Amino acid sequence: MKFTKTLAVVAMTAAMAVGSALAAGAAEPVDTADLKVGFIFVGDEQEGYTYAHMLGRDGMIEALGLSEDQVISKYNIPEDESCYDAAVDLAEQGCQIIFANSFGHEDYMIQAASEYPEVQFCHATGYQAASSELENMHNYFTSVYESRYVSGVVAGLKLAELYGEDTDAKIGYVGAYSYAEVKSGFTAFYLGVRSVCPNVTMEVKYTGSWADQALEKETAEALIADGCVLISQHADTTGAASACEANEVYDVGYNVSMLDAAPNYALTSASIKWAPYYTYAVESIINGEAIDTDWCQGYADGAVWITDLGSAVAEGTEEAVEAAWASILDGSLHVFDTSTWTVDGETITTTATDELADTYYGVEYINEDGYFMESELASAPAFAFVIDGITELNQVY
Amino acid sequence: MEANKHKEPFVRIVKRDRIPLWIALLIRLAAILLSLVVCALLIYLITHSNPIQVYRSMVDGAVGTGRRTWNTLRDTMILLAIALAITPAFKMRFWNIGAEGQILVGGIATAAVMRCCGDSLPTALLFLAMIAASLAAGLIWGLIPAVFKAHWNTNETLFTLMMNYIAIQLTAFFSIVWEAKKGSGTIGTINQKTQAGWISTSFLSDIFGNFNYSINLIIVLSITVAMFIYLKYTKHGYEIAVVGNSENTARYAGINVKRAIMRTVALSGAICGFTGFLLVSGSSHTISTSTAGGRGFTAIIVSWLAKFNPFVMILISFFLVFMGNGATQIASEFQLNESASEVIIGIILFFILGSEFFINFRLIFGKHGKEAR
Repeated sequence: MKFTKTLAVVAMTAAMAVGSALAAGAAEPVDTADLKVGFIFVGDEQEGYTYAHMLGRDGMIEALGLSEDQVISKYNIPEDESCYDAAVDLAEQGCQIIFANSFGHEDYMIQAASEYPEVQFCHATGYQAASSELENMHNYFTSVYESRYVSGVVAGLKLAELYGEDTDAKIGYVGAYSYAEVKSGFTAFYLGVRSVCPNVTMEVKYTGSWADQALEKETAEALIADGCVLISQHADTTGAASACEANEVYDVGYNVSMLDAAPNYALTSASIKWAPYYTYAVESIINGEAIDTDWCQGYADGAVWITDLGSAVAEGTEEAVEAAWASILDGSLHVFDTSTWTVDGETITTTATDELADTYYGVEYINEDGYFMESELASAPAFAFVIDGITELNQVY
Repeated sequence: MEANKHKEPFVRIVKRDRIPLWIALLIRLAAILLSLVVCALLIYLITHSNPIQVYRSMVDGAVGTGRRTWNTLRDTMILLAIALAITPAFKMRFWNIGAEGQILVGGIATAAVMRCCGDSLPTALLFLAMIAASLAAGLIWGLIPAVFKAHWNTNETLFTLMMNYIAIQLTAFFSIVWEAKKGSGTIGTINQKTQAGWISTSFLSDIFGNFNYSINLIIVLSITVAMFIYLKYTKHGYEIAVVGNSENTARYAGINVKRAIMRTVALSGAICGFTGFLLVSGSSHTISTSTAGGRGFTAIIVSWLAKFNPFVMILISFFLVFMGNGATQIASEFQLNESASEVIIGIILFFILGSEFFINFRLIFGKHGKEAR
């Protein structure tokens, strides 16, 4: 264990040192007509997370004017050697750049990247591109926590309209796994809610699956039965939203608009737009430019947004949303500002401690301005504190 | 009485005594062709794509390039190995549906050795340790239900099924103990940098090309031959056949039934465990709850359709894997959902299994056939 820990620290330090400044060496420009792009998806259009990536792919195709047969997509690729098979198959078919969208794909992408140095491999949600020391391996993600925060503001305004700003109402969150990506998301959402209603508490229940319609519905129902008056989620189906509509509880979704599943109770959904990254990465190939080793952008670059507001939102929501986006843009608002949250009653001032080494590998995430630098050191989410006001009802890895 | 005589059923089903091999083969071939026609119709009606093109892309997806062919062969060998593993147990009428679990524990054992000794042991010893560990783990996982069956006549179907869930939970447990990144629950590729404990075929690249799974192929084909000999020409194989036909006859013939059950199922489990080794060391280089991927159950179809003949199993596993890999290609090329390819495989299997009915039975229409045999 000790050894792996040391190794991880070394890897993280290397990642920080190298960063995106020293990205892959530039290659020769590629004629647009000769371009071939490969996609490896963990799901298909039936699964919200992959669907968002597919929309991003289509946006890229349109923006760059590619033809359909220049893009090869492989769907439902599990997180095992099938990903390696898919990646090398795409490379053999002549793709100059290959994307994979699921966390467990990363090792197989690295394996393929080491065998095809002339092909660029880009992996969403991963964290090993820099430490792999491969010039053709890249990670990407978005600052989705920004849109989580803003969707939280929408939820907070609704709670304030229903119960007043001083309410101590309890809200619920259907999470997938007890994992940093999920924790970072629900914390941002909760901080958004609390920026409007400071006394609200939140219960989180994990399903142990990224996409399970029935289980997400059940979990949402359990939270509602437990007294939660508003539900949000980090899981890929409309299960929670349909439970909300049936139980007349307000809902904030993820990835896709929930207005079809909960026409009367869906407020909005925090969502990602992948098109900016796909366009940027493929354009880099065309221009023969290097791709960032760690790419992570947010609202400023059009990479995150919240879906259209439902008819149930509180009065003045639109203006409040605009204001929240504006303060994120001008830098006056940092979502993970340490002055707005505590852990066990204490304000966190450093992550580079021995007790937190299991989670943060001794890396300092809290900067001089007093906020947690989410997605700034590496593209994947890192925030894994469970802050005061949030109760996890279970743990599922 | 007179009236009753006229109320003969329109069609009667009669068991065939014996059927020439070529007719049986012809019926199976007809079934496959018929299923392809039905699938083609379905493809055309739903998607309006050209069925011939769809089939061509299936072939392309399964064996279109050297790598694809090797991937298909690799998956074939894994399915074949599992089918071979469960065959002695099934032939003895011990319904071992615990292959999934036996594969997983074999995989865990392999992964454990790879992680612990990857840096310290010389290659030959490392592989010996990995193989021994996987065999032992699978053997124990098979032996537990066998002991209970032999001594207390517990229901082996339920017992082996339950053992699967324990193995899956164990795998989930180790996925967390060994996880690559805290909270991720995935192990990632083991020994990615050193590749210690990975089956390497590069020394055979002159013969098979740079990318190959030739060692998996050679090992599993050897097991196939060995299993054929074991079942057909050894005393143990004979005992398995006798116990399978009738336990009482076996007892009367002086066969120690308890011992035969335990020995056979232990062997079955050990080969499953070894398949876990092939999966972890030979291709995945990791272990997760989906490593066995339902193949422990698909293998039952393979073994059963082949009537326990190891050589026929090669064909059937190849066919199933071929269809599966081809199906992935259709999903990618024609924007057909993955489920569409599963429907196609389902239809083909339905026809193949259905043809067995016509091989074993025949239909007699009307009263003319009343004396037919």
